[in-house]
Amino acid sequence: MKPIDRVEVQQKIDALAGSDVYLHLETTNGAYATHNDESFFSAGAYIRNAMIRYEHGKIVGDGPYRAGLKLEIGWVYGEGLTHFEIDDQGRLLMAGLDFNGKLAVAMQISASPFE
Amino acid sequence: MEKERHVLVIFPHPDDEAFGVSGTIASYVENGTPVTYACLTLGEMGRNLGNPPFATRESLPKIRRQELVDAANIMGIQDLRMLGFRDKTVEFEDDEELTKKMSSFIEELNPSLIITFYPGYSVHPDHEATGRAVVRAVGRIAPDARPKLHCVAFSNNSLEELGEPDIINDISAVKDKKIATIRAHRSQTESMMASWSENAQNTDPAILRWIEKERFWSYKWPKQ
Repeated sequence: MKPIDRVEVQQKIDALAGSDVYLHLETTNGAYATHNDESFFSAGAYIRNAMIRYEHGKIVGDGPYRAGLKLEIGWVYGEGLTHFEIDDQGRLLMAGLDFNGKLAVAMQISASPFE
Repeated sequence: MEKERHVLVIFPHPDDEAFGVSGTIASYVENGTPVTYACLTLGEMGRNLGNPPFATRESLPKIRRQELVDAANIMGIQDLRMLGFRDKTVEFEDDEELTKKMSSFIEELNPSLIITFYPGYSVHPDHEATGRAVVRAVGRIAPDARPKLHCVAFSNNSLEELGEPDIINDISAVKDKKIATIRAHRSQTESMMASWSENAQNTDPAILRWIEKERFWSYKWPKQ
């Protein structure tokens, strides 16, 4: 992965619009957050291979970035995104890595299901 | 360390064995005891992707699978089983199915010792779910026929509630293998090990003391 290039990510978001795609969306502060700091409230959410179709999408911000997808009857968004890769299967993999390089959020879109 | 017929190690993530158990495993292997390591997931949800990142969410499982194979080779494990569950989802699996899976390993391998996490004292939901499944499976065996069950515990309340660990293995004879095992899980341990040396001779004495002792609690079965 490399630091997000807004233009390149926007082109990929545009290319995947209007067709059925598979979504991986994840936020996490790690399973040890409360173990390491008992005053920390641990929360996260995870969805893998949700099939969606978005009308349009955008990546916004100056870094970290936010990405939002407008569905016919709903929305998907992620924030804190810092890095991306368009992998050898043409999937858009975005992640937000915290100040120590640990993954805090992932938002990925693929034309075929994730394994 | 007592002589064992067969040791069965059951953990949910590649690298769960590294810091607290790899020396014990390597010691058993060196003594000629067969060791089976059953690893439930590939650590797909690991948060360390390298800094700068050399992995993605999608490539991480492939990298960690290879790290697990490398680690098993270093420890000398002949029988490594990857069970195909997904990181962070073990507690949501069907409990009876998980128990049966554990029972089938026990029936097949007839271990005299099983090593896993102590339910209630192992912090990560996958650790807890794995430990619970193993305890359920062993609990179905008649008390006098059960294998020994040595558990890893590290929650903040473990000493207070469980007391001192009753099994302490001195693994200093295999500490180089242990350090190499930890290092094999590179994607997860590299940043932490940056300050460590290549071999035991040059490693910080405080780290070495921590590495050389592996601690386990015998599972306390409720009174019948």
